[in-house]
Amino acid sequence: MSFGHNGFAIHADNVSRHYQMGAALIRAVDDVSLQVRSGEFLALLGSSGSGKSTLLNLLAGLDRPTAGAIIVDGRNLAEMNTHELARYRSLTVGMVFQAFNLLPRMTLEENVELPLRLAEVERADRAARVREALERVHLEKRLTHRPSELSGGEQQRAALARALVNRPTILLADEPTGNLDSATGEGIMLLLKHFNQSMGMTIVMVTHERPLAERFADRIATVADGKLIGVIAKSSSGAHS
Amino acid sequence: MKIGDLTELALRNLREAILRNSLTTLGVAVGVASLVAMLSLGVGLQQFASQRLASSGLFNAIFVASRYNARDEGRSSRQTPPAESSIPPRPLDESARQEIAQLPNVGEVYPEIRFMTEIRYGDKPYPTMVAGMPDSARTDGAFDGMQGNFFSGPSADEAILQIEFAKELSTQPSSLIGKDLILRYAERQALPEQSGKAAQSSSAGNSKNSAGGGFSVVPHEKKLRIVGIISTEPAGGFGGLGRSRVFIPLAVAETLSATQVNDLRDVLNASNKTHSYGSLTVRVKSPTLVPPVEAAIKNMGFSTFSLLDTTRNLSLFFTVIDLLLGIFGSLALVVATLGIVNTLVMAILERRREIGVFKALGADDRDIKQLFFAEAGVMGLVGGIAGVTLGWLIGKGVTWGTNIYLSRRNLPPVNISSVPLWLALGAIVFAIAVSLAAGLYPASRAAHLNPVEALRYE
Repeated sequence: MSFGHNGFAIHADNVSRHYQMGAALIRAVDDVSLQVRSGEFLALLGSSGSGKSTLLNLLAGLDRPTAGAIIVDGRNLAEMNTHELARYRSLTVGMVFQAFNLLPRMTLEENVELPLRLAEVERADRAARVREALERVHLEKRLTHRPSELSGGEQQRAALARALVNRPTILLADEPTGNLDSATGEGIMLLLKHFNQSMGMTIVMVTHERPLAERFADRIATVADGKLIGVIAKSSSGAHS
Repeated sequence: MKIGDLTELALRNLREAILRNSLTTLGVAVGVASLVAMLSLGVGLQQFASQRLASSGLFNAIFVASRYNARDEGRSSRQTPPAESSIPPRPLDESARQEIAQLPNVGEVYPEIRFMTEIRYGDKPYPTMVAGMPDSARTDGAFDGMQGNFFSGPSADEAILQIEFAKELSTQPSSLIGKDLILRYAERQALPEQSGKAAQSSSAGNSKNSAGGGFSVVPHEKKLRIVGIISTEPAGGFGGLGRSRVFIPLAVAETLSATQVNDLRDVLNASNKTHSYGSLTVRVKSPTLVPPVEAAIKNMGFSTFSLLDTTRNLSLFFTVIDLLLGIFGSLALVVATLGIVNTLVMAILERRREIGVFKALGADDRDIKQLFFAEAGVMGLVGGIAGVTLGWLIGKGVTWGTNIYLSRRNLPPVNISSVPLWLALGAIVFAIAVSLAAGLYPASRAAHLNPVEALRYE
């Protein structure tokens, strides 16, 4: 199967993710088609259980669709083998999570270095790359600290540094401010916006906070019951893209 | 992931649950120790048996007899290989002795001299068998552990007594050392040359040794000083006339010209005009050189015998023993592998979310599998090294305990355990291999975890 880019960083075409739970068929994502332009900041908005995180996991290559295609850089994630998907997660996308998911036994430096180890980056280059990533999130002085020694905002910034250290083109954020107070959450959103604007990074962010999405995202895709019910561009409120 | 990173992460993970992983590693160590201790005893006993047999001087020795003797002594000529039977038999005399001594890799050639004597000590007679011992017996270990000393020289008028015989002479055998005894023996003396018969003098240069023309037997005595008492019986040769209980220097035994059984045969054998030996012992420089030397002697027309086949059978016996010991020793290691499986499965449960994070950051299934394999391998390596050390210590402990027991019974110390390099390295490699095998299931299970589910795990 071949799909053209047409300027899209991500092209999801009739994507479904269904689960069989006993006799019931759960349609977590149901026939969703969505395009994300390169350098765009897209918010996936929806209530809990709407399927937005499942869709994000599909875009991240952590899960496979039961139907449809997800094209990133001309490659269909649904057709990749596990090794290719691992390479995709390592080099093309970076992920941040609501729960930060830093490894508690590792220092900040080691946490941020981990994606470089997995990508088999030369040891000599790693220290500079780690420092650069931590400087971007203003944590360069906390190299030897463990996650438990950091505040929630600092932990999420460290997770951002870890997501960026392999210089991905797409950043996928799953409720990045969900565990933070509003002031700290705003700081994280400003950082995301900064990366989006200064580095031209494509960002897909899952959130259930409409004001946050409206304030920072270029477009808002609303998900309910596994279906995409509308995509609103910030510049033309109410219009479907 | 690169191997250096893999090892670093594995070591870090092992350190994080140090107590549990240490206990698991200790289990592996105990298993390996059990295996190593068992095999070290097997190897040690084999080495001990080999050394004792080697010190008997039997394994680098070829016993040579005249083929006349072999037939005379009831060994059927049908046993002689066809190729050998085509070579005419010849007498085992001094010229043959010199010829054999010239063969490559031959250390020494000496006759077997054993004869019946009567020992007089304290005016009492004690009939027994005397054997002549070559001077090489001083260093070949045959007299290790004896009380007193070996002969002061190759021609010293000295005797070493076997402990059982010494006990007959005295209730306190060690008190005999330094005392004299009288050796009464039957000396053969040549008869005057008879008319019509060409009696020849012995090529050994001793007129008393004349053969072919008959000899007279004259009783003689010789005073000898007791210099040592030995608890074992060193092999003086093959096919002797019973156990020797008094040992004298071979050179002294030769000068005595004591009557031996083959002297009677020489008298009866009209074709043999010179004194011949009953048998010769040929010491080869190494047991591995015995076969070619033995073949060369057979080609000279003599009958030979060596104990190489016995050595091979001994190796087979100990290989079977080692195998059985290894199987029993491995049982503990099998139990230890269950510990590794348990530890790694627990680690998967504890690190489920971590595995999810690894996968989200780009870890391949193979990376996760290798990480768990590396952890199992490190436990195997450390457990293997510790186990070899522990097994070695157990072997040393058993040897130590055995030697205490032996010393209380006035027996010489022995070394019954040995951990050769092949055993140490083999045990470590085996421990790693078993640990990796134990890690197969947990590693596969960890690698196939669904990352989405793993990330949700609390």
